[in-house]
Amino acid sequence: MAINRRDFLKATSGGALLLAAGASVAAAESTPLPPGAVGILYDATLCIGCKSCMVNCKKFNSIEEGGALYTPGREIPYERANAEGPWDEVTNLSDKSLCLISAYKNGTGLQRGEEIDGYSFVKNHCMHCINPACVSVCPVAALVKDSVSGAVTYKKERCIGCRYCQVACPFGIPKFEWASNNPRIVKCQLCSHRYATGGYSACCEYCPTGASIFGPVKELREEAKRRLALKFGSSYDYPTQTVGSTHRMPKTVSRYLDRVYGLSEAGGTQYLLLAGVPFDRLGFNPRITDQEYPDLTWAYIKKVPVLIAALLAAGAISYQVTRNKDGDGGKPGGKS
Amino acid sequence: MTSGQEIRMWTPNTLVLCCAILVGGMVAVWRLFSGLGAVTNLNDFYPWGFWLGFDVLGGVAMAAGGFIIAAAIYLFNWKKYKPIGRPAILTAFLGYLMAVAALFLDIGHPFRLWHPSVMWQVHSIMWVVAIHVILYTTTLAIESSPMLLERFGKSKALAAVNKIMIGAVVFGVMLSTLHQSSLGAVFLIAPAKMSPLWFSWFLPYMFLISAIAMGLCMVSTEAMLSGRAFNHHVDIEIYRGLARGTMITLSIYLALKLVFLVWAGVGLAFDGSLEGNMYLLEILLGVVIPLGLLAQERFRREMRSIMAVNIMVIVGVLVNRLNVCLFSMQEYNSAQGTSYFPSFSEFLVTLGVVSLGVFLFKMAAKHLPLFAKAG
Repeated sequence: MAINRRDFLKATSGGALLLAAGASVAAAESTPLPPGAVGILYDATLCIGCKSCMVNCKKFNSIEEGGALYTPGREIPYERANAEGPWDEVTNLSDKSLCLISAYKNGTGLQRGEEIDGYSFVKNHCMHCINPACVSVCPVAALVKDSVSGAVTYKKERCIGCRYCQVACPFGIPKFEWASNNPRIVKCQLCSHRYATGGYSACCEYCPTGASIFGPVKELREEAKRRLALKFGSSYDYPTQTVGSTHRMPKTVSRYLDRVYGLSEAGGTQYLLLAGVPFDRLGFNPRITDQEYPDLTWAYIKKVPVLIAALLAAGAISYQVTRNKDGDGGKPGGKS
Repeated sequence: MTSGQEIRMWTPNTLVLCCAILVGGMVAVWRLFSGLGAVTNLNDFYPWGFWLGFDVLGGVAMAAGGFIIAAAIYLFNWKKYKPIGRPAILTAFLGYLMAVAALFLDIGHPFRLWHPSVMWQVHSIMWVVAIHVILYTTTLAIESSPMLLERFGKSKALAAVNKIMIGAVVFGVMLSTLHQSSLGAVFLIAPAKMSPLWFSWFLPYMFLISAIAMGLCMVSTEAMLSGRAFNHHVDIEIYRGLARGTMITLSIYLALKLVFLVWAGVGLAFDGSLEGNMYLLEILLGVVIPLGLLAQERFRREMRSIMAVNIMVIVGVLVNRLNVCLFSMQEYNSAQGTSYFPSFSEFLVTLGVVSLGVFLFKMAAKHLPLFAKAG
């Protein structure tokens, strides 16, 4: 006899209710998106690896008006292997690079967006978590999450340089200026300095293929889901630069992995990714769960006031109880 | 009251200490002018290194003896331990000062060390830790102050301090207990990076328990060493009591370690990886062998075996702190293609900081009534 789904649900609903009651205690309320949350959607199937985003990220973050890389008296910090080298040869996110395009290649590397014998690009920068670990661990609130846009930004004048954010960030994003004796933490701040004056993230503005698009996170999520529903090989008018852009480019739809990275990872992020190759192959730590990481330390911290009271009481009571006793091995008639 | 005036000032050992302090100090000044990258081998994947793992995490664990002995004497009224009260509390005070010195050099902006005291961020365990350090170092200063006040004959101030002493001890025990566990809680945020050999939600309490074992062994060792160096005698029953305490603490610690090892997967410890080997080193040296010795009464009563146990536990817990801070993230970090081994300068600074602590202890032994009246 086959049990259909409905019957199965009916039969188990009693148990499920019990489980749900337990689970609701364990699972903390997930943090909602900030009201004006904006972010980036990166579609690896559209990325041609031109690195325009990296170069323009550097350029527009080196401007004096709020650029995350701006250092008085310093040029744009290109990382050339030698002074004459024509290219910015970045191998890792660092205190000089907020945004990184890297390539995945397997076997013959001929099949675009395939895990086996294929290749794919991937773009790394701050995920702008909905509940960021770095913000929660910073002891001086040097890292903050904007209450409207949700961008995770940095106030260098508060920072003590403890580098706990580097340890805490599951994505390994914050970088430190090791060479400086006046060091900063350096990370993508979603071009907040440009957003404040009506602009948006440079990596999206200068992406020629629409692989990176900027916009409200809710719209980005809808766009991502819409793309996952597209038929492989059909044609779709991909928006460029921003999610609501009127400039759209028709392109044949590639094969998508059925996953929007950032929808739930680390409790959800404002940077979302689509790809054809599994994300752990693209360098994302497979041990990152949907856990909101700040909950882990908060579970301890929230106990601290109770522990303080309990320990003070225990100490005082212990003193009162034992004060008139002769301690073990103590001299008779000791302090009373 | 034992005064230490007969202690010789300039022994060869002391001269070596002073050289180490001088060299460490010079490297420290260099670090202030040239930044962390020039002096240390730290990098973006190993943002915390030897200074944090050894000097800060290890140093604070070593200082745990202070609150344990203070609690034993003042709160449990175990008078037997009174003769080692002052050295234990002084060791804790110096340990914290050394940890603060190391932190001062380790943070990117040494002269903003005070920021957490005015820029509150209650969601940060690091902030909680910072506030604990500030308050507990102050409390330890108060607990240590009677020595200075006696020495300089400030009887009024001494009476005042003695009046608040019990309060200070209750406060200090609370702070220290929380501080030890909070240092472990710092790592609760990194389950995606740490090896499950060390990561568990129980980590804060593992830190506390291992710190208690280490604190007991430190107090015992330090009484033995200073007894030899400064020629004062401590009743052997004190050492035996401390060894019994170590045994009980280690038993609990081992049981918990095993529970979490089974949880993580026993195979992880025996897979021949660096993490697995470091775990085995830590647990064999710091827990299993010492417990094996302490379980036999003849070793528990014998000074030499107690000493051996002390050294093993101290080293074992230090290895544990380095493991949590560094080796537990080895797999994650090597996947990123990076490595870390402390630079020569990092060792020099650590040596200088430790030497400074030993030197200050000796100065206190010489000039202050450190090994005070018994009973």
